Amino acid sequence: MDALTGHLGEFGHGLVTTVHMTVVTTIGALLLGVIVATLRICPVPLLRGVGTVYVEVLQNLPLLALLVLFVFALPTIGITFPLFTSAAIVISAYEGAYLAEAIRAGINTVGVGQAEAARAIGLTFSQSLRYVILPQGLRAVIQPMGTICIALLMNTSLAAAVGVVELTQAANNVNLVEAQPIAVFTGAGLAYMLLALLISRITGALERRFAIVR
Amino acid sequence: MVSVRGLQKWFGPLHVLKDVDLTVAAGEVVVVIGPSGSGKSTLCRCLNRLEVAGAGTIEIDGEPLPAEGRKLARLRADVGMVFQSFNLFGHRTVLDNVTLGPVRVRRVPKAEAREQALALLDRVGIADKADHYPAQLSGGQQQRAAIARALAMRPKVLLFDEPTSALDPEMVNEVLDVMVSLAAEGMTMIVVTHEMGFARRAADRVVFMDDGRIVESGTPDEFFAAPRTDRARDFLSKILQH
Ligand SMILES: Nc1ncnc2c1ncn2[C@@H]1O[C@H](COP(=O)(O)OP(=O)(O)OP(=O)(O)O)[C@@H](O)[C@H]1O
Ligand SMILES: [Mg+2]
Repeated sequence: MDALTGHLGEFGHGLVTTVHMTVVTTIGALLLGVIVATLRICPVPLLRGVGTVYVEVLQNLPLLALLVLFVFALPTIGITFPLFTSAAIVISAYEGAYLAEAIRAGINTVGVGQAEAARAIGLTFSQSLRYVILPQGLRAVIQPMGTICIALLMNTSLAAAVGVVELTQAANNVNLVEAQPIAVFTGAGLAYMLLALLISRITGALERRFAIVR
Repeated sequence: MVSVRGLQKWFGPLHVLKDVDLTVAAGEVVVVIGPSGSGKSTLCRCLNRLEVAGAGTIEIDGEPLPAEGRKLARLRADVGMVFQSFNLFGHRTVLDNVTLGPVRVRRVPKAEAREQALALLDRVGIADKADHYPAQLSGGQQQRAAIARALAMRPKVLLFDEPTSALDPEMVNEVLDVMVSLAAEGMTMIVVTHEMGFARRAADRVVFMDDGRIVESGTPDEFFAAPRTDRARDFLSKILQH
């Protein structure tokens, strides 16, 4: 137990970084997800193609490989970001592909009649998306989006591989000093569980709040 | 108000509209009837470009139908459409369904749009349902809300595609009554329907379609009393038996 209580500062720091990273990347991934899902259903073939390529590329590469590539390859062409920023960009981009697919599935649950009615009153494509299609499509997939956000939380631990000291890396560091892996990683694991529980609580609340009356 | 010349429409190899000509004057009410699959819905949907015509010209109030984009959206705002399946926006209250177009398309201030919407809902008899969601309304009430939504755009023409076909029989009249009163007020309307009572009461002209063509066109009295073509006679004998 001392292995945990003696290093509260380091754990706290790691936890804050993990939460920070999760919040920032969730926002980024949601924005990207909406944009890419929109591209994938838009009437312009070229843009649809861009959306498809994005999803295919990012879903078919391991996140760790993407992280390493981004952090170590970009500086060779003169582009450098702080480590935290790099990791946040890569994780957002990666989870954005998954969210885009979930959102697209949501959009597909919205009947064609809704889009036709929206167009029939003179809404443009982007207006029908914004006021009619997305509000209903997103509501249909709050639950799966929550699951992706939990996966995102877990995936933030990969940022450790490129040098970000988030919760897992903090635990690792403490373990190097204390050599008590069971206590240290159980503690970190509990923290992840609590965060995941929090996300699913938020998801559940959003789902109730935005339920469509049927 | 509406002028269609030489309209052709194909779905793949299927030739659905074959050289359709139709002119509807301002204030005129035209009822389109015909057997299932004759192309009535497709004609209606071509008029606001929910379907893209294969050939021919369509003019609304002297303006040819624009291709995709903002201009098309603006034209659609002037052409109201009421669907068989209502298609109210499920996540918005009835009031918000009605105000969406005026606020976002016509840029009417919210308070004003709300007042106008309430007046329209009152006029179609569902003012008390303004804050309900579509799923909480009966079919007849939903269709009346959909009519209010279309009217809120102050359209030049209203298209109805079998507006009462999805309704339980006891709700048909509440919707038809609204339509009859619109007709009486001089709204230009194109109505696909099998409600012959409505055609007799409100139509200036009945157009009979068969196999993608307009086969016959005349006043309701002429048409129902003495259809000129065998096809129309045959069709009428079938639906009037019920
Ligand atoms: N999206 C589509 N793709 C392929 N074929 C279609 C499509 N929509 C309609 N059709 C076909 O076009 C023909 C005309 O259809 P339409 O819906 O216009 O007929 P309708 O007169 O409205 O019939 P109903 O009285 O059954 O509504 C039919 O043969 C139909 O199967
Ligand atoms: Mg039809």
